[in-house]
Amino acid sequence: MTAPEERSIDSAAQQMIDRAQQDEIGLAWDRYEEMQPQCGFGQLGICCRICHMGPCRIDPFGHGSQEGVCGADANSIAARNLVRMIAAGAAAHSDHGRDVALTMLEAARNPDSGYQIRDPQKLRVIAEEYGVATDGQSVTKMAEAVAEKALAEFGQQEGELRFPLRAPAVRVKLWRDQGIMPRGIDREIVQIMHQTHMGVDADYRNILRQGLRCALADGWGGSMIATDLQDVLFGSPQPIRSKTNLGVLKEDHVNIVVHGHEPALSEMIVEAARDSELVAQAKELGAAGINLAGQCCTGNELLMREGIPSAGSFLHQELAIMTGATDAMVVDVQCIMPQLAHLSERFHTKLLTTSSKAKMPGVEHLEFHEDQALEIARQIVSVGVENFANRDGQRVQIPDEEMDLIAGFTAEYVYTLLGGRFRPSYRPLNDAIMAGRLRGVAGVVGCENPQIPQGYGHITMAKELIKNDVLVLVTGCSALADARAGLLQPEAALEMAGDGLKEVCEAIGMPPVLHVGSCVDNSRILIACAEMVAEGGLGEDISDLPVAGAAPEWMSEKAISIGYYVVASGVYTVFGTPQNVLGAPQLHKLVVDELEEMVGARFDFEADPVKAAHMMIRHMDNKRKALGLDEMMYEQALPVAAG
Amino acid sequence: MSKEVAAAAVRGSHDVVSRVEQRLQDAMAEFGEEQKVGFPQTAFYLPMACALLGEEVETLGQMQPVLEQTKSLLHEEPSEKLWLPYLSSALDSGIATLLAQEMLAALRYLYEEEPQDGWHGFISDTILRSLGIQLVDGRLPGFAAVIGAAPDVETAEYIIRELQKRSLLTFLIGNHEGQTMRDQLIEAHVLPDDILENPASGWDTYIVPIGPDTESIIYVLNWAMRGALTFGGLEKGDWKGCLDYTRAHIFAFGLGLGTIDDLKFASGAGAITMGAPVICDTEIPEIRPTGVCTYEALVRELDHDRIVQTCVDVRGVKVTVREVDVPVPVAPAFEGETVRRPDMHVEFGGKYSTAFEYVTMRDMDEVEDGKVEVIGPDIDTVEEGGAMPLGIYLEVAGRKMQKDFESLLERRIHSTANYAHGIFHMGQRDMAWVRVSKDAFAAGWRLRHFGDVIIAELKDEMGVIIDKVQAIITTDQNKIDELLPEAQAAYHERDERIGEMTDESVDIFYSCSLCQSYAPDHICIISPERLGLCGAYNWLDGKAAYEISPHGANQPVEKGRCIDATIGEWEKINDFVRRESHGTVDRVSLYSIMDSPMTSCGCFECILAMLPEANGFMIVNREYTGMTPLGMEFSTLAGTVGGGHQTPGFLGVGRRYVISRKFITGDGGLPRLVWMPNELKQDLAEGLQERAKELDTPDLPAQIATEQDAEAINDLVEHLQKVSHPALEMEALL
Repeated sequence: MTAPEERSIDSAAQQMIDRAQQDEIGLAWDRYEEMQPQCGFGQLGICCRICHMGPCRIDPFGHGSQEGVCGADANSIAARNLVRMIAAGAAAHSDHGRDVALTMLEAARNPDSGYQIRDPQKLRVIAEEYGVATDGQSVTKMAEAVAEKALAEFGQQEGELRFPLRAPAVRVKLWRDQGIMPRGIDREIVQIMHQTHMGVDADYRNILRQGLRCALADGWGGSMIATDLQDVLFGSPQPIRSKTNLGVLKEDHVNIVVHGHEPALSEMIVEAARDSELVAQAKELGAAGINLAGQCCTGNELLMREGIPSAGSFLHQELAIMTGATDAMVVDVQCIMPQLAHLSERFHTKLLTTSSKAKMPGVEHLEFHEDQALEIARQIVSVGVENFANRDGQRVQIPDEEMDLIAGFTAEYVYTLLGGRFRPSYRPLNDAIMAGRLRGVAGVVGCENPQIPQGYGHITMAKELIKNDVLVLVTGCSALADARAGLLQPEAALEMAGDGLKEVCEAIGMPPVLHVGSCVDNSRILIACAEMVAEGGLGEDISDLPVAGAAPEWMSEKAISIGYYVVASGVYTVFGTPQNVLGAPQLHKLVVDELEEMVGARFDFEADPVKAAHMMIRHMDNKRKALGLDEMMYEQALPVAAG
Repeated sequence: MSKEVAAAAVRGSHDVVSRVEQRLQDAMAEFGEEQKVGFPQTAFYLPMACALLGEEVETLGQMQPVLEQTKSLLHEEPSEKLWLPYLSSALDSGIATLLAQEMLAALRYLYEEEPQDGWHGFISDTILRSLGIQLVDGRLPGFAAVIGAAPDVETAEYIIRELQKRSLLTFLIGNHEGQTMRDQLIEAHVLPDDILENPASGWDTYIVPIGPDTESIIYVLNWAMRGALTFGGLEKGDWKGCLDYTRAHIFAFGLGLGTIDDLKFASGAGAITMGAPVICDTEIPEIRPTGVCTYEALVRELDHDRIVQTCVDVRGVKVTVREVDVPVPVAPAFEGETVRRPDMHVEFGGKYSTAFEYVTMRDMDEVEDGKVEVIGPDIDTVEEGGAMPLGIYLEVAGRKMQKDFESLLERRIHSTANYAHGIFHMGQRDMAWVRVSKDAFAAGWRLRHFGDVIIAELKDEMGVIIDKVQAIITTDQNKIDELLPEAQAAYHERDERIGEMTDESVDIFYSCSLCQSYAPDHICIISPERLGLCGAYNWLDGKAAYEISPHGANQPVEKGRCIDATIGEWEKINDFVRRESHGTVDRVSLYSIMDSPMTSCGCFECILAMLPEANGFMIVNREYTGMTPLGMEFSTLAGTVGGGHQTPGFLGVGRRYVISRKFITGDGGLPRLVWMPNELKQDLAEGLQERAKELDTPDLPAQIATEQDAEAINDLVEHLQKVSHPALEMEALL
């Protein structure tokens, strides 16, 4: 059994892991170790269970079978598996987006829904983009029309999605020329399922091409709809103070942890947790009040918009229950470990599933419906409050670890951030890059994975990047990991950033690592890239920008979809552990090399976060050189290569 | 670090906003909300509020919404730890401060507390317009707003000389612990004592004392902002356009001397939001990343020897420092200097002696470049305060030189001699009048230096057309008597030739797009009989400028087929204007106010405007501050013309166009002119008489009314009837 320090670099996590070891409770890390050795065929991507002639597998050493029963070779098998991951990831994000659009429709049509349009300005902008009449229209009329337009994009069969047109013109043309401009969100996902059905597409390149189109339908489609409509419904984030880590759970409060990915319910829980009756009830039971904390991306959504503290990231979900202080854990969709059902039974924690799409055997299900949102939220909070009475004070052990942070940055807010109300502009950002104060901008995103000590990849990479004057944008679990390390504090710029980045952060008053939201909010990074191109001076296309992406601790299919839409948008991206393509040499070459020619960007796989950071920086250096930008203004920890 | 700057700006904005709130409340209680407020001679109400918010404030009550918007820009101070982004707060605070200072200034005007004694206060629109041409042709490359005071008088003088050397217009604002830069400069004799009686005289030497408190900076900034509205042609309330314009086109910077307190930081934040960086001589935190300003926003420079150069670098002002080997500094900033009798060592011309200047063209081998021959006694031979005769006789040669350019070069003697600090020059030809100050004499100025400085400047500005210049500078009466008749014969011949030159006699007109740096869609067409609206460029100037710089702002434009000779419309002129105005102007006439008139940038000398009741036009020059029969002062009227827009019924013109044979021939010509300010009428008297004779209406000059005859339209019509002005009998204008 590996030591807690090898499992997570977070001291709070280590304390809970240590407790679990003492109590002989199995956590994700233990299950991971028990799983060793993991299936090599699966890892290499060359196991096919698509039809019942199989399962088939290709011998990676060339001695045994090189074809499946149907004759599919390693490249087509791995490609099919890979794009099915894209389809699943795109489906997850996009179904989330669909639900947001449906919530908005409810908000527009039902005055008693409890939802309201909190950002009418952004609604107007989107309405104009969709060609919806805005003059003299009421906010609810506009919202209804926008929701209908957004919903239509899912089932659209022909033409093009609307939001990809936000990309630079050169990029849009490239997508059209390459035949990867998405037509409809659902259509691209469905086509992958068809195309990879037994006996359909055997050309790994053609398969991957559809994978790119589907990924774009996620990033510039489903995810972007999710982000934008959530901003309209729940308010566009602005910089806000909060805290993170298990220490945000309070011993003397009713602790309700919301976990998963969608804010529609949890925004209502925020309101319910302030309900005076429920608070009074909590106090009657001896609690000082009701403490709401988020986890994973539901947590990020609430953190960004409401400043609700986050009790941690993906691998903290079990640990929150391990504190013995979580009275209720409310889950919606995605990244929820089924193990929670068993673990919660060993503590007093009441686990509640809320989505009709995500249930667990034996777990109480309180299903969320948009039209009764607030009432359901009250019931949920009430379950938590009542369960406070069952808490065993003896078993409460909350690590004394919490970290202050600033969250709430968006692509739109950059305008205000850099110019206030009267000089809104991306100019200072572009200028900083052009003048060599900033070497570039990196998006470090993605999951956590017991294969890597929790947070090590994200934090080490972010530190290496900011040390070299790279501004870092983070989302999802990556953001929460960096937050635990204090990187989301403005002071971090003074202590850890290179001189150029430090100067920029000092001038603006911002942290060197900017939290831009949940994992659907990676769409914000795409928009920021498009804005940088539009501002001018950094080339004509996103692929000209000195920017790079990374997913150092990735694990989910959503991460794959994100990776592919980022690369298809022209951003070089480094994954920590390799994607499941190493058993398919030609596909591998396509992914890490030939994609460059096709879409102007490619992947690399590098598990060492420092090396990976250096690869990203070198890429930025190359782009800087191609743009003829000034040399770096200050001495660099990783010097710019000569010539 | 910059957080301290942001914190100070936030505090400063809160302070000034709360002060204006209190004062406004008091004023409302005292005068009521209908009370008029505003600044003198501007068409832009409270210009900052007008440009940024689109508000047209004329009364106390109308200030209220501006105050509310100002308050919405106030922020909390950034916290000690875990601060939220503060650059945006600081910039918002800056705008809030500008808006608040402007209201405060307007209230001070209401209470007659402004302008303060010995200070200039608000800067009128007219001053902006009259400086226009200098802004665009590079003579005035930028503005310095000096806030505070230098540590001592010597440093004050040093800094101001460095600014003058670079021709930067300098405003003196505020104080450092009660000490003002104005008083330091008076003590150093840089500013004359009587600057206190007439602060506006500072414009002549590029040093204008604006006000003794930090709030006075608003006068400079709301003046700069009007550049966007007048020259930029931007709409009121187009805050983004206006702020982009000031950053791109107004080369201003702040120079903070001495302690920078909260209000100075807040004002600085306002300047920065307009794109003007601030440079300070104290240990302030710096804001070096660019983007809000073109280059760094806030910079410290502790070394006074370097501080002006640092300012110029940080703002990116393009300046050329003239290095001429004479004993006094040389710069356009000294052009407006006068040398008064008590300060004078010697004078030439005027009432006391003969003085003339003459430029003639020679073959290349006849001229020895740079040679200065002094004939006669030098100025150390006269008693202080005495007079001597003077001849300045220049011979020039150049492959591109033409006979026509002689007069052009000769006219340059006036400004080039004036550029020398301590030298005063007026008039031209054989009516020149020159003085040398005691200071210049003491510094070593002698006769040959006239030659040196004129040759150097002429070659610097006209080097493309002249390769060689030699000069004779003489005080010898015999030599003068020998040279003068040749010069006088040439003057006469030139006048004859110019008089014969008509728009029909040439195939090519010249364009002028100098002002496009300020008014991007405006284009001037200059013909022999219609000079540029700024009055500074005639057809010959355009021709010479094209020779000097073939890809410059003055291009030859073929007339092409004449479409209408009466209104002055030609096919190829239209094509050219359409292209150069970026499609905003389709047709242009040279001689009509009513039918597709030429556009204006904003720096016109005069405005012609239709008076329907009088069936004619009035003309008003920008120096005239009184009321016109149109019911508007020049400054208000000017607000409706300019910015490159075509506005039938209104036309910006140079004053000498009035006596051109092509004066609004499309609308009936000179007999349509019914009103003009007396000063203008006197100035043009001779020409008017001549034109009236040619038109066979010798009484016309007397029939044209001035403000002495009528100021209101009804009185004017009555007057015109009384004197039987011909316009009344002409075809109806409308």
